[in-house]
Amino acid sequence: MTTNNTQQAPAPAILDPQVTEGRSGEGLLVAKLSGAWDIRSLEARAKPLKARLQLLSADSGRHWDLSPIQRLDHIGALLLWQAWGKRRPAQLLLAPGHEIFFSNLDSAAGAAPEVPFDPWGLVRGLGARMLHTSEHLTGMVRLIGQILIDSFELLRHPLRGPWREISASVFRVGTQALGITALVGFLIGVVLSYLSAEQLKAFGANAFIVNLLGMGIIRELGPVIAAVLVAGRSGSAITAQLGVMRVTEELDALSVMGIPHTVRLILPKIVALAIAMPLLVLWTSGIALIGGALAANAQLGISVNSFLSGLPAAVPTVNVWLAMGKGVVFGALIALVACHFGLRVQPNTESLGIGTTNSVVTSITAVIIADSIFAVVFSDVGMAFL
Amino acid sequence: MMPIIEVAGLWTQFGEHIVHRDLNLTVMPGEIVSLVGGSGSGKTTLMRQILGLEQPSRGTVKVFGIPLQGSSAQMVQKIRKRWGVLFQEGALYSALSVYDNIALPLRELRAFDEDFINDMVMLKLDMVDIERRHAAKMPADLSGGMIKRIALARALVLEPELVFLDEPTAGLDPDRSESFVKLIRSLHQKLNLTVVMVTHDLDTLVSLSDKIAVLAEQKLIVYGSLREAIAVKHPFILSFFLGERGLRALSAADALANLDSRT
Repeated sequence: MTTNNTQQAPAPAILDPQVTEGRSGEGLLVAKLSGAWDIRSLEARAKPLKARLQLLSADSGRHWDLSPIQRLDHIGALLLWQAWGKRRPAQLLLAPGHEIFFSNLDSAAGAAPEVPFDPWGLVRGLGARMLHTSEHLTGMVRLIGQILIDSFELLRHPLRGPWREISASVFRVGTQALGITALVGFLIGVVLSYLSAEQLKAFGANAFIVNLLGMGIIRELGPVIAAVLVAGRSGSAITAQLGVMRVTEELDALSVMGIPHTVRLILPKIVALAIAMPLLVLWTSGIALIGGALAANAQLGISVNSFLSGLPAAVPTVNVWLAMGKGVVFGALIALVACHFGLRVQPNTESLGIGTTNSVVTSITAVIIADSIFAVVFSDVGMAFL
Repeated sequence: MMPIIEVAGLWTQFGEHIVHRDLNLTVMPGEIVSLVGGSGSGKTTLMRQILGLEQPSRGTVKVFGIPLQGSSAQMVQKIRKRWGVLFQEGALYSALSVYDNIALPLRELRAFDEDFINDMVMLKLDMVDIERRHAAKMPADLSGGMIKRIALARALVLEPELVFLDEPTAGLDPDRSESFVKLIRSLHQKLNLTVVMVTHDLDTLVSLSDKIAVLAEQKLIVYGSLREAIAVKHPFILSFFLGERGLRALSAADALANLDSRT
């Protein structure tokens, strides 16, 4: 049988790999291998065959007759060679065409370059993380500085501003988010109203639902819910977009054309979010209050009309301005964090995923931190004392 | 002898736009076939259809005698283990190291232990002339030429009988591309591979191909050796092979052939 079975017509049947033990005429131990020793046949039975071969190769004087093998490839050759203890047996008979598969095995032996053990790995890792964090902070500061410079430039030449990009971004982050913020806001309003109604009923303080919901939603929940939704929705999109632009070298293309990407890409996003967020906050709070009013009507029998007319007395108007101020700050924060992480994406897919996750987590955290700062700083503002 | 690839009566249509009209192509074992054609002539589409990544509008594609359309998923899966593909940009998984990229198809079989996989990966790295110290690197840290070599090692790790090369030398400098061509030729001789490639590079085309399939006017206008292809009077062939660039490549090939025959 020749080695080149694919070239023959009609092709002989390809047999499964087989090992036959025996003794030659001179009484020597012989192992005879036949059939196909290629990946297709070995895939299913590599492990038992290897064990069998290893057992056989324990006899160092054994003759190996590989000439009846019909098909051989590197997988088969490597399997045999490993079973022999990573060397060729002294007595080996090969079909002429099969020599090539064993020829470069000896050099292939040897492990992959090992990563040396680093006893200071933990300390080094901690240090690297700290440096990484400080790098993030300086990067963020630099980005803010660059944007401030760009904004001054924009104020000096307002006609050259990226107005079209800003309006497109407002549409994308604002208008297209109306649906989801309305849905979530409405449901939160309903849930809150139901929960508080239960408690208030117990004290006979039904009328206070207006104060509770009005203050809670307008001052705190509306801005935070809108910010969380926008961070998940637009923050991730901004990071991914900038990240892909880094991967596809679009950012570099902008740079070499002398178009600063902070002006064309980042500033419009920050301005757009700073414009759209307060409006979204108003919208979310409004819908949440409607949800709350409907639930209060069902649960406590307070009509929607009296709920809404009670609101101005319960919630001073300054709270609405405070909420809108929060919206501006949250929007700018989300855009800033998203852009920062987007610009830091390395040109590979994994980094894109990590960058997007980090962006969303960081922007939501930043929003909550900013919100608590607001709560402390404005603790005396806009409170209705009964 | 059974053909490895059989494309029969293939039509590709995007809306009103017809890319392939009743196209036929047969590739026999051991051949190196190059697909050439102007941009938009559907070379890459044809290759993707042979790979089962796209569906033709009409016609059949058989690989290893098994039709890709209408076969069970397991059948197609079996075919996929028997071919290797080198994508134009390498398509190495950027999240995995060089080592893991090559080991992935072997690990996926769940038939071999890590020791075996390690030796196999090293063997394949040797085969494509990549030093071992690069094994732990990530694809992002490598040059284009190395990415192509490693992608080739990954394509070859399951000992395929059929290899597809999409623009194997695009983006490589002349020196690298020549050594890549040499590598493919030596692997073809050693492993008795059947190779189907799409290329624009005349030097690669002339020095590697047994057969050239010229795609133009929605079908194969020629399918044969380089001499046969040049003999056809068609505007594309005239400009592609017999333009200044083409003549240079051809005369270089002739000179090389003369040199070979003299020595």
